[in-house]
Amino acid sequence: MGRYALRIGALGYLAVLLLAPVGLVFYRAFEHGFWPAWHGVTSPDAVHALKLTLVVAAIAVPGNMIFGILCALAIVRYRVRGFGLVNALVDLPLALSPVVAGLSLLLLYGRGGWLGGHGVLFATPGIALATIFVSLPFVVREVVPVLREIGTEQEQAASTLGASGLQTFLRITWPSIRWAVAYGVVLTMARAVGEYGAVRVVSGRIVGQTETMTLYVGDRYQDFQAQAAYAGSVLLALIAILTLLLMNRLRPKDETR
Amino acid sequence: MIEARGITKRFGDFVALHDVSVEVPTGSLTALLGPSGSGKSTLLRVIAGLERPDAGTVLLDGDDVTARPPQKRGVGFVFQHYAAFKHMTVRDNIAFGLEVRRRPRAEINKRVDELLELVQLKGLAKRYPAQLSGGQRQRMGLARALAVDPKVLLLDEPFGALDARVRKELRAWLRRLHDETHTTTVIVTHDQEEAMEVADRVVVMNAGHIEQAAPPRELYDAPANEFVMSFVGPVNRLGDAFIRPHDVELSLEPNGATQEAMVERLVHLGFEVRVELVRDDGEELSVQLTREQAEALELVNGQIVYVRPTRQTIFTP
Repeated sequence: MGRYALRIGALGYLAVLLLAPVGLVFYRAFEHGFWPAWHGVTSPDAVHALKLTLVVAAIAVPGNMIFGILCALAIVRYRVRGFGLVNALVDLPLALSPVVAGLSLLLLYGRGGWLGGHGVLFATPGIALATIFVSLPFVVREVVPVLREIGTEQEQAASTLGASGLQTFLRITWPSIRWAVAYGVVLTMARAVGEYGAVRVVSGRIVGQTETMTLYVGDRYQDFQAQAAYAGSVLLALIAILTLLLMNRLRPKDETR
Repeated sequence: MIEARGITKRFGDFVALHDVSVEVPTGSLTALLGPSGSGKSTLLRVIAGLERPDAGTVLLDGDDVTARPPQKRGVGFVFQHYAAFKHMTVRDNIAFGLEVRRRPRAEINKRVDELLELVQLKGLAKRYPAQLSGGQRQRMGLARALAVDPKVLLLDEPFGALDARVRKELRAWLRRLHDETHTTTVIVTHDQEEAMEVADRVVVMNAGHIEQAAPPRELYDAPANEFVMSFVGPVNRLGDAFIRPHDVELSLEPNGATQEAMVERLVHLGFEVRVELVRDDGEELSVQLTREQAEALELVNGQIVYVRPTRQTIFTP
């Protein structure tokens, strides 16, 4: 009995809080058929928003991937002085509200800020910075435990066998961490595409210029263009589902071998 | 020839090595023997360049290599837990050192085949480390280290993670290998039997310094101090005197020089019988007899016997 109650409880919870709302968005998007939804995401503004989202992701994801790998190596392997603090700080974007992240960028780059007046705010660079900020921890968080687990002996063995630092990384370390990196990248990607709060603060929301897909959805809804908002939502949801499928493909692989 | 001079290494407050100097002659097989925490592994890692000493110099064949990274020292290193490259086959593991040196393909293949033969892993070349037993993995580790013709071969408790039977086999195999190749070899171990059996010279270490360096026989017969005496073999302590269990004579009748003792326990170990005794003054004594000797005495628990040390060592402080 208990088992069934637990199962029904869990499924019910998921259904009410997750499936129903997302399903409703799909329903609303296609309520009047396929074409209105199609026009919703193929209007010039929507296409621009999607492009901007992808451009921003293309900046933030590789950036955070490289930073994440280097940062994890520094934390685990090289015991660089001060990296204990870095290890703690890396989680800050997870704990901090994105709005605060956006505001802090606004203060830094805005009028009168330390680095103000370089065309960063209300433009792609500002949006990219905000996105980098909120998606920073994922690769580090995935790679650090794997590096800890594989230990240093294989790398030391490689170095006694004559491998340079780079050879050791490419031939020994990388094959061990690549699935963790891939998983971290997928999470980073999901966050970069889905970010709303921080981006909203720094973008200025200029239609057709600084609107990402999430902002496009939010703004269309507020402008009573619900159809376009639903269609955009469906697109974002499809990207999310694709991400989930990717994650599922990657997850088991890092446990074999 | 490996020379370490005045090596000091600290880890925080812990002094792992305190002004240690040691020489390993070319072509020898030297054991670093000591309890855990004695600094033996640290010394080996300093020689390999895996640890940087706080003071002192390391010379390999006369070259000062103290500041040189491990990849430029020309050493082969074998790890206790194998350090196998998990994502590579046995063949690729062994070929690694040659591949990073960008040797021609044909040369690599030939050398790897030779080594596979040498370590008896020929049929397992395509396996991954996870598909090998511990003993096989360690032989792969040895082949990998030997592939690049190292000037010196350094082994850090290489058989420590293996079961007793495999350990014995590999020990004998290592000795034979050394007799064939004459690579200058240093093996770290905490097992005195292993050190005595395999090495030409044993360096006994304790608490970050060297207690004695000598051939095994000399170490056993003429230990420099109490620590070495009790570390290289079982020992009884009676007052100031140290007595090996086989240097005690047992008889059923007293004669002037003997002392009375009671048999507490008999342990039969095949050829050898260990007799645990308590003397009349309460001191405990362990005696080693051959089976014939024990049978001739017809010993039983609780029996009173008379003991006399035939040889004892007293260290003057």
